[in-house]
Amino acid sequence: MSGFSTETYARAKEIIARYPEGKQRSALLPLLHLVQNEDGHVSPEGVAFCAEQLGLTKAQVGAVATFYTMYKRRPTGEYLVSVCTNTMCDVLGGQSIFDALSDHLGVGHDETTPDGKITLEHAECLAACDYGPVVTVNYDFVDGLDPESAVRLTEDLAAGRPVQPSRGARLCSLKEMALQLAGFADERDGAVADGPAGEPTLRGVKLAQQYGISPAGFDLNTPIPSAANGAKQ
Amino acid sequence: MSVFEKLTPVLTKRWLSPDAWRLDVYEQLDGYAALRKALQVHPDDLIALVKDSGLRGRGGAGFPTGLKWGFIPQNDGKPHYLVINADEGEPGTCKDLPLMTYDPHALVEGAIIASYAIRANRAFIYIRGEAVHAARRLRHAVQEAYKAGYLGQNILGSGFDLDLVVHSGAGAYICGEETALLDSLEGMRGQPRLRPPFPATHGLYACPTVVNNVGTIASVPYIVLGGAAWWKTMGTEKSSGPMIYSLSGRIQQPGQYECSLGITLRELIELAGGMTPGHNLRFWTPGGSSTPLLTADHLDVPLDFDSVAAAGSILGTTATQIFSDQDCPVYATYRWLEFYHHESCGKCTPCREGNYWMVRVYRRILSGQGSHEDLDTLLDTADNILGRSFCGLGDGATSSVTSSLQYFKQDYLDYIEGRKAPKLSEKALAGAH
Repeated sequence: MSGFSTETYARAKEIIARYPEGKQRSALLPLLHLVQNEDGHVSPEGVAFCAEQLGLTKAQVGAVATFYTMYKRRPTGEYLVSVCTNTMCDVLGGQSIFDALSDHLGVGHDETTPDGKITLEHAECLAACDYGPVVTVNYDFVDGLDPESAVRLTEDLAAGRPVQPSRGARLCSLKEMALQLAGFADERDGAVADGPAGEPTLRGVKLAQQYGISPAGFDLNTPIPSAANGAKQ
Repeated sequence: MSVFEKLTPVLTKRWLSPDAWRLDVYEQLDGYAALRKALQVHPDDLIALVKDSGLRGRGGAGFPTGLKWGFIPQNDGKPHYLVINADEGEPGTCKDLPLMTYDPHALVEGAIIASYAIRANRAFIYIRGEAVHAARRLRHAVQEAYKAGYLGQNILGSGFDLDLVVHSGAGAYICGEETALLDSLEGMRGQPRLRPPFPATHGLYACPTVVNNVGTIASVPYIVLGGAAWWKTMGTEKSSGPMIYSLSGRIQQPGQYECSLGITLRELIELAGGMTPGHNLRFWTPGGSSTPLLTADHLDVPLDFDSVAAAGSILGTTATQIFSDQDCPVYATYRWLEFYHHESCGKCTPCREGNYWMVRVYRRILSGQGSHEDLDTLLDTADNILGRSFCGLGDGATSSVTSSLQYFKQDYLDYIEGRKAPKLSEKALAGAH
């Protein structure tokens, strides 16, 4: 038996129940997120826990855990700072941001500062290219950074000063985020409501609004043709 | 006709209402009206409606959605599944995350209608792990939908039951490939399956399964409400409807622009306020980094499925990444290859090994130590990857290689023949030979 809390055992049960009878292995990805909620990474104990829950071997669990980049093999910091260095973000300055952070923090990709505050990583496309260069903290977006402001951001994080993501909920720790990734609701009051849409997201639809454009002829009472009419088509 | 008239705010319209992610606001904005309407008709009528609309998949391949739904065998005694591919990660693509964040109920409503049509009682939304805020909103929307009786047993008294689970991935681009996604959802490494059999007969848990993109499913409620004829007033004959174009790069106003399918890049750049001052268009992707590069010669190609194919590329996810004369196509391709090399799942040798070696050849060229033979090596390697793996990841990796060599060979020669300063240092070259 591993040293996980009774709460984690209860949550594991809840996760497994989401999937059809006999198909419980589907719960493995959320369970791996769940063990990161307690340990901050997928530890050998975490692998054993998942194996025990699903009746798998540790080798089967390990094979899955090592495939996905969000499962960390070593203890992580309280905040994971990810910098996109894929082509578009790279040409827009993402690589410079990563280099500046790496110099300032004294850590490279997938490494954590000695005080355990920040893990730095370069990430591949994070699906917000209209905001490039893209930086996230614990996977929530912090927009409009350059090397200097990115360094200030990490100083604020390290000093415990409040940081508000541009389009996400108020920050939580990486361990707390792992619980949401395991499929549990964000219980913090108002967190789901946080995060207004940014300008790039709304540009097209605002232009249409400004010019009074909407597709003509939309009538929500348009009947659905009933060729089949309940019979076999 | 002004370029603004190409805008077709349909799926993006509710993004203007800051609280549309809440059920009460969504319901005030026609929310769940389509579900009520759909549950009144026979499921086959819905499949026929979607077929009539000409809706094609928004995830990149453009497969006709109604046809896909029609492939699901009925009365076969097996459970059916709807799996929504929300693993958005194709470089340049950023249309599904905002949709799920600002209008999550649209996806939930579409999922219920689609499940009813294909007779599925379980549906899954496989959302990219990193998309945490979209997942927050989506999970909240699903909870609200259960409470309101839109999900669960006997939905709105129709006798139809549906359970919907939001399942977060864990960081693997390959899981956006539909069969790798299914393996991942079954709790395995995300590696693609050999087809046939196709998911329509042997998908999730080897049962009949429809896998559709977020934008595809979110389109369904509008087709149910407005009808197929209305849907076809937008787009072209073979690419109907509106499409969210994601514009990024060297333009004044990057962002999401929902337009009639078939708009051109020239028009999109005009909508986006023109190029960034001091930048001239040099190369661009019509639909993410897996689609062959196009150039300034292609400004007037209609961006619909067939016209882009005729121009030698792929419409893909309509992720138009726009690069200028200040950007290097050789470096851009190198950086994409680093991505494909990192994301190759390793199952098929041509993709796993080919990308590994192409990255090294690019490093050699970009550090000023390339040879003319390297260009032949690249083309030969690309030729040996293309069509020789289980899925399209390897194919996608070759797109920018072959297209950049086609259009920008001189840039390669400039590095090789020493006219251009090396872009990578000796440090980056470690292990390149």
